[in-house]
Amino acid sequence: MHELPQQLVNGLLLGSMYGLIAIGYTMVYGIVQLINFAHGEIFMVGGFGALTVWLWLPGGTTMWVAIPLMLIGAIIVSTTIAIGAERFAYRPLRGAPRLAPLITAIGLSLALQQAVWAWYPNAKSSRTFPEIPGDSIHMGSVTIQPGDLFLVVAAPICMFALGWFVMKTRVGRGMQATAQDPDTAKLMGVNTDRVIVVAFALGAAFAGIAAIAYGFRYGEVNFRMGFLWGLKAFTAAVLGGIGNIYGAMIGGLVLGVAEAMATAYMNDIPGMDKLGGQSWADVWAFVLLIVVLLVRPQGLLGERVADRA
Amino acid sequence: MRQRSLIAITAALTAGALTLTACGSRDDSKDKDGGGGSETTVVIGVDAPLTGDLSALGLGIRNSVDLAIKQANAKNHVDGINFKMEAADDQGQPSSGQTNATKFVANKDLLGAVGPLNSSVGESMQKVFDDAKLVQVSPANTNPAMTQGPDWNGGKKVRPYKAYFRTATTDAIQGPFAAQYLYNTAKKKKVFVIDDKKTYGAGLAATFKDEFTKLGGKVAGTEHVNPDTKDFGAVATKIRNSDADVVYYGGEYPAAGPLSKQMKKAGAKIPLAGGDGIYSADFIKLAGKDGKGDYATSVGQPVEQLPSAKEFIANYEKAGYKEAYEAYGGYSYDSAWAIIEAVKKVVEDNDGKLPSDARAKIVDAMQDVSFDGVTGKVSFDEYGDATNKQLTVYQVTDTSDPAKGWKPVKSGTYTG
Repeated sequence: MHELPQQLVNGLLLGSMYGLIAIGYTMVYGIVQLINFAHGEIFMVGGFGALTVWLWLPGGTTMWVAIPLMLIGAIIVSTTIAIGAERFAYRPLRGAPRLAPLITAIGLSLALQQAVWAWYPNAKSSRTFPEIPGDSIHMGSVTIQPGDLFLVVAAPICMFALGWFVMKTRVGRGMQATAQDPDTAKLMGVNTDRVIVVAFALGAAFAGIAAIAYGFRYGEVNFRMGFLWGLKAFTAAVLGGIGNIYGAMIGGLVLGVAEAMATAYMNDIPGMDKLGGQSWADVWAFVLLIVVLLVRPQGLLGERVADRA
Repeated sequence: MRQRSLIAITAALTAGALTLTACGSRDDSKDKDGGGGSETTVVIGVDAPLTGDLSALGLGIRNSVDLAIKQANAKNHVDGINFKMEAADDQGQPSSGQTNATKFVANKDLLGAVGPLNSSVGESMQKVFDDAKLVQVSPANTNPAMTQGPDWNGGKKVRPYKAYFRTATTDAIQGPFAAQYLYNTAKKKKVFVIDDKKTYGAGLAATFKDEFTKLGGKVAGTEHVNPDTKDFGAVATKIRNSDADVVYYGGEYPAAGPLSKQMKKAGAKIPLAGGDGIYSADFIKLAGKDGKGDYATSVGQPVEQLPSAKEFIANYEKAGYKEAYEAYGGYSYDSAWAIIEAVKKVVEDNDGKLPSDARAKIVDAMQDVSFDGVTGKVSFDEYGDATNKQLTVYQVTDTSDPAKGWKPVKSGTYTG
């Protein structure tokens, strides 16, 4: 068990990324009750946005300059796509049966995947992502790799900034109002169309940040990465209570830690030696989801959604 | 409303299914005599992952077959026959491979197919081709069971499909060859074995483990990974704490590259070794600087070292393909040529014309094909396996130029 602290850190890092992506699912669901299945692909194009900026930069640019620029690139690309999707794929279907925008979302996710595959140079297999130089940081038995530093810094900042935005700003309060009752909010003078766009854009910006973290952590981005990661983040959002912003983050962290623990220790439990290891991590993640939904159907932090209904 | 959505989904699915069936059954036969000339067109199919994670290898296969066909036509190697290539993309998915195989079978002009890359894809295609008596030559499938039956390890070898051949050697010798090198030459005594649970990866890891323990080596741990997630953080921590001095990975480079990188960053400064599935420039790109020192085995001798391959490399460069020929270029070129030679034999035996049962005759002719190819002597044993059983161990020595990063360190023939 001497590796437990390290495995916890592994899980928390993985979970932070799930959480960052899950926020996009949760905010959009909380406000328009749409599960934006194209969100995984918005995460993916964010990664390619950052990569493009990196390729444009002259060789030898230090990471201190490159990272902020890549961040801007990723956020611009992912929010533009998300706002465009909202405007042209979802808004015309507002008021249509629930199934219609869901199908559009799936179609959009395939279209984005294929677009990157077809038009981004050499994206037919993985594209390598720049590395953060430097040595690993050791704290006792825990090692944090330079590639994870971005995530370690970015995830908490993002969370606090978002919390502040939703609680303290006008638009944020408009989002809360719209989430509770869009029609009444409209009557009270909230520009619900704008609020919805902001929700899409914010979620996409977080997905873009998560995509850079992905690139630094794994050293590559590829056109298929949106599917599995989108699915896991969606799971995290449901786990935490879909519609709840803090729930998304908690759900992500729980999921990440569960996966790390399943990989590391499931093999050691007597009788479970055939059901452990990394290839079973996904299975245990979904078992966890089912258990939580059976015991607490609204998700871990889901009470805020429940009182709306 | 729920009723209506159900209807909508059912309708969409039905429409989709109908479209697919229509595609599958479409008759591709062309008007053969329309040209008026005496040239008969023979199509050679290529099935490989042309897109997706493994496309670097797949495009190398396609280009090399294309080169073989162009040269056969230029030389007019088979009198009266004009060869044409039809490439299909399997994305590394068995289901796509099987669909492509049925499409190939439906094309009456198609008399042979090269591919696929993955053993799991190959398994899904073998029966389709065999039922149609259409010859298939894989440049890259290395799972022993495909030619020698499921009991190959128990000593009872039975060839399941007569129409299936391959120019690559099998994992039955690739895994043990790596084990001998790592134990005897590189002096590694404790290994951490990882595989991706696919036909290729799991088979390779198993043959490696058997030989390594037989030699006296210890297994410090085993792990199965899902190659689609690139997160190996938890596995990397296990490796670091396992006290192993080498990691053997049964699988392919899209997962192996990040795995190598993550385990070294996590503090496990030991080399990763694998089979031909990681012998690619893309592995070095993905593993980054930390990939230095990693090992891969691959079938045959390094193409660059063989005098027979000089011409191939020169022609490949001259043809100006955008993608490199990668690990299987030479084998794909030889696979295509094996089909061309078999067609030549059949045509010559039939007074310069294609017989009506050309497909079956080509399968028979393939068994006796023998010529000097890019990778050495090309011929097949009674199971359809290549008789050329050479292997090479490569090591990453230079990560600044991935295309030239792999250096051969030892070639040899595995003798058991």
